[in-house]
Amino acid sequence: MKPLLEKYMEKSTEAAPLAVFRIFFGVMMFFSIVRFWANGWISTLYIEPEFHFSYYGFEWVKPMGAFTYVLFAVCGLSAIAVSVGYKYRIAIVAFFLSFTYIELMDKTTYLNHYYFISCLAFLMIFLPAERYFSVDAKHNPEKASFYVPQWTIDTIKILLSMVYLYAGLAKLNSDWLLKAMPLKIWLPSKYDIPFLGDLLQQEWVHYAFSWGGAVYDLAIPFLLWNKRTRWFGFALVVVFHVLTRVLFPIGMFPFIMIVSALIFFNAGFHHKVLSFVSRMFRISKDIWDAEINTVKVTSSRSFQFYIIAGFLVFQLLFPWRYILYPGELFWTEEGYRFSWRVMLMEKAGYAQFKIRDGETGKQFLVNNSDFLNPFQEKQMSFQPDFIVEYAHFLGEHFSSQGHENLEVYVESYVALNGRLSRPYINPEVNLLEVEDTFAPKDWILPFNDTIKGL
Amino acid sequence: MTRKILILFAFIAVAYACSESDDTGSPGTNDSFDRSLMLVHWADNIIIPSYQDFVPATVNLRTSTTIFVDEPTSTSLNDLRQKWETAYLSFQNVSMFEIGPAEMVRFRDRMNTYPTNISEISQLIANGTYDFSLPSTNDAQGFPAMDYLLNGLGDDSETLAFYTTDTNAEANRNFLADLANAIHTLSENVLADWSSSFRDDFVNNDGSSASASVDKLTNDYIFYYEKALRAGKIGIPAGVFSNDPQPQTVEAMYAEDFSKALAMESLQATERFFKGQSFNGNQVGPSYEAYLDFLNTIKNGEDLGSLINSQFTKAKTELNELDDNFVNQIETDNSKMLEAYDELQRNVILLKVDMLQALSIDVDYVDSDGD
Repeated sequence: MKPLLEKYMEKSTEAAPLAVFRIFFGVMMFFSIVRFWANGWISTLYIEPEFHFSYYGFEWVKPMGAFTYVLFAVCGLSAIAVSVGYKYRIAIVAFFLSFTYIELMDKTTYLNHYYFISCLAFLMIFLPAERYFSVDAKHNPEKASFYVPQWTIDTIKILLSMVYLYAGLAKLNSDWLLKAMPLKIWLPSKYDIPFLGDLLQQEWVHYAFSWGGAVYDLAIPFLLWNKRTRWFGFALVVVFHVLTRVLFPIGMFPFIMIVSALIFFNAGFHHKVLSFVSRMFRISKDIWDAEINTVKVTSSRSFQFYIIAGFLVFQLLFPWRYILYPGELFWTEEGYRFSWRVMLMEKAGYAQFKIRDGETGKQFLVNNSDFLNPFQEKQMSFQPDFIVEYAHFLGEHFSSQGHENLEVYVESYVALNGRLSRPYINPEVNLLEVEDTFAPKDWILPFNDTIKGL
Repeated sequence: MTRKILILFAFIAVAYACSESDDTGSPGTNDSFDRSLMLVHWADNIIIPSYQDFVPATVNLRTSTTIFVDEPTSTSLNDLRQKWETAYLSFQNVSMFEIGPAEMVRFRDRMNTYPTNISEISQLIANGTYDFSLPSTNDAQGFPAMDYLLNGLGDDSETLAFYTTDTNAEANRNFLADLANAIHTLSENVLADWSSSFRDDFVNNDGSSASASVDKLTNDYIFYYEKALRAGKIGIPAGVFSNDPQPQTVEAMYAEDFSKALAMESLQATERFFKGQSFNGNQVGPSYEAYLDFLNTIKNGEDLGSLINSQFTKAKTELNELDDNFVNQIETDNSKMLEAYDELQRNVILLKVDMLQALSIDVDYVDSDGD
């Protein structure tokens, strides 16, 4: 008798869901890039700013002037290649690298959904998504297949479930559930939305949205895995994401989540989608199907499986790293990113930097808009790692101007979820003497309040 | 199945259309704060009346300049100085409304870029032709340029000589007249725009997007408070942003005893706007303060409105302590200037961080996605 794991790895299933996922993923990514480009964001976010905030360990990833456009072009074209399944392996690797590089260029633009795309793209490098209904399959019928290992589709479902579950768990805190924060701030300002505008002024609506959102996030994976509740779950996915799209400026993300959730449906559904696509593009799916010889899939204990398993275990553990830090997570943000904490906080800050000559005691204040665009300044002013990185930049800038015995201090205030703003970074600490590391940042002043929960 | 998918996509398309379209719908019922009423109050009772006070002052300024240029005497000079002061004070009440027509002509830059550039002024006079709409001439026009030409040339007889016996006397007179003319024309155009079409555009743009009137004017207001008032009038001269104090950057430095009056007028204007006080009289309408109070009934948070108000009071008290001439104050006891700066600064945080958060308005919005 085979061990359970080996048995599971040998299980195969129809390839159609993976093909549909590949097609839609590629198309969505292509349009995301086009939209980004058309909005002029390549220039405003990556080319115009004189300074860029880097991720720890990725300081070498920087925008490349006019070549940044080439990077986006590569990203967009590889998305199309992924979609049609042309030289799939090369295309998905190119997409993963270019997209991830773009995200690493400046952490000002960090969004959970960009990280989600990078994760998905990484997964897809190791998935046989080109085996069916792709240009590659058409050119190499001997490599084409109706079937793929069951686990290859399951991994996408697992990643999606993890995103929802962790987003739901993160909402189990006293600000979200007991104070309906930050929705209580965000929703009333949407008074001009048709039909909903007046409702959004009501306190009970804020609580209903908060609790509803938490229950939704926690329940969706189960509703989608379970065959009997699948359509219901999917309807909820559509309603929820469309609502968030109406209420908040969250770009393409809702559509990406809606389309991704289709992966939970069975192969019959996906064949119908493929037939529909075939009709639209006048492809004869039957002829394509007839050319495929392979019916069985043989690969079992593949190295892909172990890479993906390792990746998923990492995903499972990484969001919990915040437990290792003292202090309130929302305040210090140590371990906040890359953990599916979506729309949890309304946080704003003000950071006034002071350049001091340690010897003479002479000092002056910095005008942040000389170096940062308003978006960068806004993000910098409430995130400690941004503040220290910017302080070091200021140190280098002013020492290159001939200032000596430099010390950089910051007077900063942060307001979190409607609390009155309070001092944030210790104004007595010379920021040139501290580094941004994974060690706890003891130069962040205490929050002096508690947010209970996960 | 296909039908289901079609319905789904139709639904998504509709939602997308709804969310992309700016500012349809009306604010509606009484139980929510009505931003459009606030815009009406701002436009009709504060902004337009402020301009209606300012524009006649610029008419007087132009008239007195013409009289002076026609016949430069110490009487006409003193009359002109007085008109200049009146207009400059009145300007402090409109300067924060850098939106619409004012924004288009870069009103504040052209009216009040200081310190003025003396060599640029001499250059322009020598050239005899100049285009004040060029940004390069910002620091050679407006009230600061007139300050130099009326108060910065020495004593009265030296000043009169500049316009009478100087070899360039005629060109000097023409330049002064052109300055006053430019101030008047610009102001008149802005008011005309407000009175005709822009008032309705402003009031009707009552949505919650970044391009809606409340969001834009709020950003302009805070920008004015932070950069023009706190930094420009106090911080920069006091040397907050440099190694040493910069008394040469005081507003109206040649008039010598006028800088405090200007700063106080500006501070009071921002305070009155926060409270929603009409320009004429103390009638109060919908305002930031009222809006914060309304939101507080939902939020049960700190009473931000009264915190900001009491900070305005503290700032006024500190400002009052200062010498009428900030140059004197900086040179005798700059620490008082720094104290005034600190009190002004505290409200930057309350306005920019706390108030914007409460109103859910993005600071100087850069268009991008959130998640």
